[in-house]
Amino acid sequence: MKHLLATDGLDPALATAVLDTADELKHTLLGREVKKLPTLRGRTVITLFYENSTRTRVSFEIAGKWMSADVINVSASSSSVNKGESLRDTALTLAAAGADCVIVRHPASGAAQRLAGWLAEPGTSVVNAGDGTHEHPTQALLDAATLRERLGSLKDRRIAIVGDVLHSRVARSNLHLLSALGAEVVLVAPPTLLPYGVESLPVTVSHDLDAELPAVDAVMMLRVQAERMHGGFFPSAREYSIAYGLSERRQKLLPDHAVVLHPGPMLRGMEIASAVADSPASAITEQVRNGVHVRMAVLYHLLASEGAAA
Amino acid sequence: MSSRPRDAAGSAGERELLTAGDVARTIARMAHQVIEKTANGAESTTPPVLLGIPTRGTPLAARLAGKIGEFSGVRPPTGALDVTLYRDDLRRRPPRALEQTQLPPDGIDDRVVILVDDVLFSGRTIRAALDALRDHGRPRAVQLAVLVDRGHRELPIRADYVGKNVPTARTEDVSVLLAEIDGRDSVVLRAAEPAAAPGEDS
Repeated sequence: MKHLLATDGLDPALATAVLDTADELKHTLLGREVKKLPTLRGRTVITLFYENSTRTRVSFEIAGKWMSADVINVSASSSSVNKGESLRDTALTLAAAGADCVIVRHPASGAAQRLAGWLAEPGTSVVNAGDGTHEHPTQALLDAATLRERLGSLKDRRIAIVGDVLHSRVARSNLHLLSALGAEVVLVAPPTLLPYGVESLPVTVSHDLDAELPAVDAVMMLRVQAERMHGGFFPSAREYSIAYGLSERRQKLLPDHAVVLHPGPMLRGMEIASAVADSPASAITEQVRNGVHVRMAVLYHLLASEGAAA
Repeated sequence: MSSRPRDAAGSAGERELLTAGDVARTIARMAHQVIEKTANGAESTTPPVLLGIPTRGTPLAARLAGKIGEFSGVRPPTGALDVTLYRDDLRRRPPRALEQTQLPPDGIDDRVVILVDDVLFSGRTIRAALDALRDHGRPRAVQLAVLVDRGHRELPIRADYVGKNVPTARTEDVSVLLAEIDGRDSVVLRAAEPAAAPGEDS
């Protein structure tokens, strides 16, 4: 694996290998005196973030540091990007300075893909940490890791992805990965928040959350991305919350074993009720914990071996 | 998990060094040596911790501990220590799957730890294991038990308990087969295969 740009088209065997590695990393770090592995000593990882982020950036930084890589954080707001430098020039600068891997988050869909093209010659690996409304593959991998842990396996499990699917790179990455790993994905959203071409995706679509909940093994709530909405996608926040929010009443419709996921940041009271987010069915903090191990596994598969096959 | 069974089909350039009976007797003899050297079973001593190095060191450690328990009345705790993340040849190989690491619940601090592996070759695996061990705690002492020592050390490392010393050529391949993984017990020496991939740096 040279880059991790998307889960669409990711080999399920490779995805499973990354998840298995993450599992073993979690195991081996449990109860250790030194939470650090020497595996990526001498490798330089740069995070390049053009959008705000807490959990993803911190998670990648911890992952890199626990693998002994040198991690440098660049955020667009405090870099030469502010002086008008292009993404390409910034990326080439980072590669020339010695980055073995650039982890990029960018508001434009496809930015990571372009970056991988520009950095092919210096041989720098690229990880997509979220590009516009396109993909966020490590989030999908950590969601899959969390679901595997809670449900045992993803084969034939039914997973509902609920809310602002249109603007959600998390939803897009998840629906590709989860269905490649054998799960059935159902998208539950108002018609205005479904992406164009949804009928060609490996999913079923529903507009009635109450009807779907009793049959699912997991429900993934999405944040309503107000910052990407320019226009009226729904009448009011209150109406959205009533139709598509996971309230305490709705939680009772779920089977006992069902898992509640949210990629964060959560808007409590909007798409998810506070009591639901903090209930035992919620795996939201586990998602964050698993995120570190999954990103360690991704860096291991990208960087440990010099002659890593493409 | 890369614990697929080894190819058990006999071929022309293959010689059996230890039969199933030999393997059992060898492990029993090593158990006696461990008991003698660590005074296991005596009231004043805490039993050693046996850590197998995956893949085949793990079942070997369990069997050795079973025999030690049988002969001395005290079965030492066992575990597994994967060293993949500490190897010095990661850069040169395609990424490998990690194996299980499982330490006994009481940990390894102030205990005698006996690392258990199937074949001792270059010594690089053991170097990696010593580094891994240091991140898990501080044992009182570390010893090494191997079923086969085939020579060709590249580091100043030697075993405390050796099942069988086998003089080999560098190009030859020594395979330990264990019933838990391969369906039968045996140690086999294979002649050099010119086009073979470089051997595991045991």
